[in-house]
Amino acid sequence: MAKRPAYSNLCKKIQEGKFVITGELEPKKILDLSEILHGAEEMKKTGKIVAANVTDGPQGDAYMSSLVPSYLVQEKVGLEAVWQVTVRDRNRVALFGDVTAGAVLGLKNILVLTGDHTALGDHNRARAVYDIDSTQFCEMLSIMIDQGTDYEGNEIVGGKIEMNYGCVANPNSNPREPEVLKVGRKVEQGVDFIQTQTAFDVDDAKDFLKELEQFNVPVLLGIFPLKSHGIAWYFDNYIPGVSVPKDLLKALKKAEKDNKGDKKGKYAALDKINIEFFEPFIKEIKKSTKAAGIHCMAVEYERLFGPLLKDF
Amino acid sequence: MIITELKDINEIYEQIKPYSKILIAGCDGCCQPPRSLNEAKVLGQLLELKARTEGKKLIWKAITVLRQCDDRIAATTCRPFAEEYEAILSLACGLGVVMMNKVIDNILTFPAQNSHFGGVQNSSENFYIEYCEACGDCIIGETGGVCPRAGCAKHLSNGPCGGMVDGMCEVGGYTKPCAWVDIWKRLKKFNRLDLFKKYRGPRDFRLSTSPGYKDIYKEYTNEEEKKEEKV
Repeated sequence: MAKRPAYSNLCKKIQEGKFVITGELEPKKILDLSEILHGAEEMKKTGKIVAANVTDGPQGDAYMSSLVPSYLVQEKVGLEAVWQVTVRDRNRVALFGDVTAGAVLGLKNILVLTGDHTALGDHNRARAVYDIDSTQFCEMLSIMIDQGTDYEGNEIVGGKIEMNYGCVANPNSNPREPEVLKVGRKVEQGVDFIQTQTAFDVDDAKDFLKELEQFNVPVLLGIFPLKSHGIAWYFDNYIPGVSVPKDLLKALKKAEKDNKGDKKGKYAALDKINIEFFEPFIKEIKKSTKAAGIHCMAVEYERLFGPLLKDF
Repeated sequence: MIITELKDINEIYEQIKPYSKILIAGCDGCCQPPRSLNEAKVLGQLLELKARTEGKKLIWKAITVLRQCDDRIAATTCRPFAEEYEAILSLACGLGVVMMNKVIDNILTFPAQNSHFGGVQNSSENFYIEYCEACGDCIIGETGGVCPRAGCAKHLSNGPCGGMVDGMCEVGGYTKPCAWVDIWKRLKKFNRLDLFKKYRGPRDFRLSTSPGYKDIYKEYTNEEEKKEEKV
């Protein structure tokens, strides 16, 4: 693992040995960022969230770039951003341009992703870029941050990029061995932390975390609280490799049916199901693994953070 | 072989619509499925019918060329009678169409096909598949003989990505195998996971920048050295 200083609060907290929680914000096909900023404020209010990921065109859809929302979340709300950057849409020239711009805007965390293919998105006739892959982007960031040059060794003038970067890992991967070996390649390129795709099976997640221990890099295990039955169903059917437990799907459906017309009652019932499922889940991960924390992808479901995280 | 697909008949017809006498040239070269004399003849008949529905008469002649992408073969086969026609419709891959336009440069040659990729035929499972994209920098010695550039939808040098589910690729609805899982299986079989773990740096795209250009004789003569001596 790279012995890079902790530039971000996220990495500082991890180094202090705190069990950290990160949230997630998703700028979509929008111009108005008030909901994103409101979500960030709600996260900040809980006092439990160290940083919030800002997504970069998930599912290959054309959404607002993650750069400016990441900046505004930090600037207007005071919550640190984990700026997600995929290699799907930008070649190494554009990535350099964006990373230096992000550094000037004071962003401290980058999460490196390959990115869902454009063929899956709403502009499926687009040309996908993938000039460099996510592992090579990690190498490029390590050169930019640690050596102060671009990927070809040309000096970056007028300051130092003070950023930490992480990569992703998928606990749902089958077969798992190539996924773990691939994470090893990325770790060699100096990643500071790992955030994982969502996990629902606690034993499986524990096995995966155990396998990642060999790399000696802090891992934040991904969880995805289910705001509604519709979202759970979509996730179960359309997100690669993720399956939501059938009991959970049933319980969510029942809660929505039982509280038809009663918004408050429905919210309370849904929140209760999520808390009953995820609270013991997080406790178990905290107690019996070396995970550095949890990446809680409660997108547009910020009201859950307070009650879910009260004991952490 | 070059994997091709016939264009929609309406699209083909739109291209040759301004002309009343056309030469339809099949190609006996490497394009697959085969597009030879018979295919050229059938296409002529279809176009003739199509023209008739619009009240026009289309005169056509079907021929085939050994390889349209070879300038000498294309020229000697077609030049003797090409000028009798107003346009040529080529059933070759894109390479053949371009070469016909070059060697018979006073008549336009139109493509009847879309060219997809250089591929191989898997007859037992009934498909063509791209195994090489001619990147100019072959790495399959490190990847168990499976090419991650042609085989991976994201052309990853260090895969697999998170879009792999149960060994299948997210592109195409999980119907095609993930090249990186295939690579892992091959290298594991030969006890060479050391190659799988190896980090591969960024690709040099200068090696495959269009238009591709290679001097045919460069590697077999000492002409260049002589030139340098003169200078």
